[in-house]
Amino acid sequence: MPAPPIDRTAVVDRYFIEHRAKLLDLASYLDRVERAAPRAGGASAQTDFRHHAFVQAIAILTDGRPERTRRVLELFSDPSTEPIEKAPMKGATGAHPLTLTQSAKTGGA
Amino acid sequence: MTYIDPHIHMVSRTTDDYERMRIAGCVAITEPAFWAGYDRSSPQGFYDYFRLLTEMEPKRAATYGIRHHTWLCINPKEAEDPVFAREVIKLIPQFLERENVLGIGEIGLNKNSRNELTILHEHLELAAQHNLMVLVHTPHLEDKLKGTRLILDAIESHSSLDPGRVLIDHVEEHTVKLVLDRGFWAGMTLYPDTKCTPQRAADIIENFHGERLWINSAGDWGHSDPLAVPKCQIELRGRGHHEDLIRKISFDNPVTFLSQSGKFRVS
Repeated sequence: MPAPPIDRTAVVDRYFIEHRAKLLDLASYLDRVERAAPRAGGASAQTDFRHHAFVQAIAILTDGRPERTRRVLELFSDPSTEPIEKAPMKGATGAHPLTLTQSAKTGGA
Repeated sequence: MTYIDPHIHMVSRTTDDYERMRIAGCVAITEPAFWAGYDRSSPQGFYDYFRLLTEMEPKRAATYGIRHHTWLCINPKEAEDPVFAREVIKLIPQFLERENVLGIGEIGLNKNSRNELTILHEHLELAAQHNLMVLVHTPHLEDKLKGTRLILDAIESHSSLDPGRVLIDHVEEHTVKLVLDRGFWAGMTLYPDTKCTPQRAADIIENFHGERLWINSAGDWGHSDPLAVPKCQIELRGRGHHEDLIRKISFDNPVTFLSQSGKFRVS
């Protein structure tokens, strides 16, 4: 991968505090999800496909391999290839239920 | 440094935003037709919208020395009803000769449905018939990767459309290579939450050397920033990038791509 014009120390100097804050937001969000009571009849944190994908994505951040952003985005993506019959809504959720289904089949986290 | 915002929805922004953009260096914009946040109740609603894009907005922009251009279509969020969508598509040709109309856009997919794909093909056919340039919206979030693949296949099935005259917008790290490798131009949208931040866009520019790439704010009625392009310029400058690269991404590349229309002008 091409390098930015500034060296590694300069990158850390420039971005560390900002991303330290983002990391704390992430930690706080996970704590908040765990502290919250499950909705009656709703998905638990463990079975909510969005949360499931989120936790899987965090593992990518520390796996030591490059192109983390691309791989996180792919993890959050609909893995199917054919058009759907009808749009069920206009918006998007940020993750796809098939991620959870596929993970269950392969025994993933 | 002067810049072009090649994708922004000024009908949703205030006149104060035009002023701020001009102060920040904006000299030209292009405004694709899009979803208003609600479904129009009739095709006539689009007729009025197209008049707004071709009559009112150019005047408002010109007040601040900004040249306004537009792209026309029915957006994919309102394409689930093909009968309605076809009525809107029939309205487009009468606007194509207007001075600021560059082509068809932003067409594409939203939820990757069969009806959306049908209407995408019909827009592409219209572009091919009139030898028009095309600006393409790729879907949001989890739908983007699949939708981008479907869109690229759809465009390539229209053999008369030159990929060099089609820009695929809202690319991110998982779609940019796919788009560029197939000969298309790619746009990065700088959104606070749901697309690229200025920092991530700068990373992509570093990784792909800025070839056939541009940046835009896609500022609209939602959470967005009409000054996102100059903020990305600041990000690149802060990393020590040469002014030539910054100008290439935020001015030269848009000029190169858009000038193929024969109608793009910088004030």
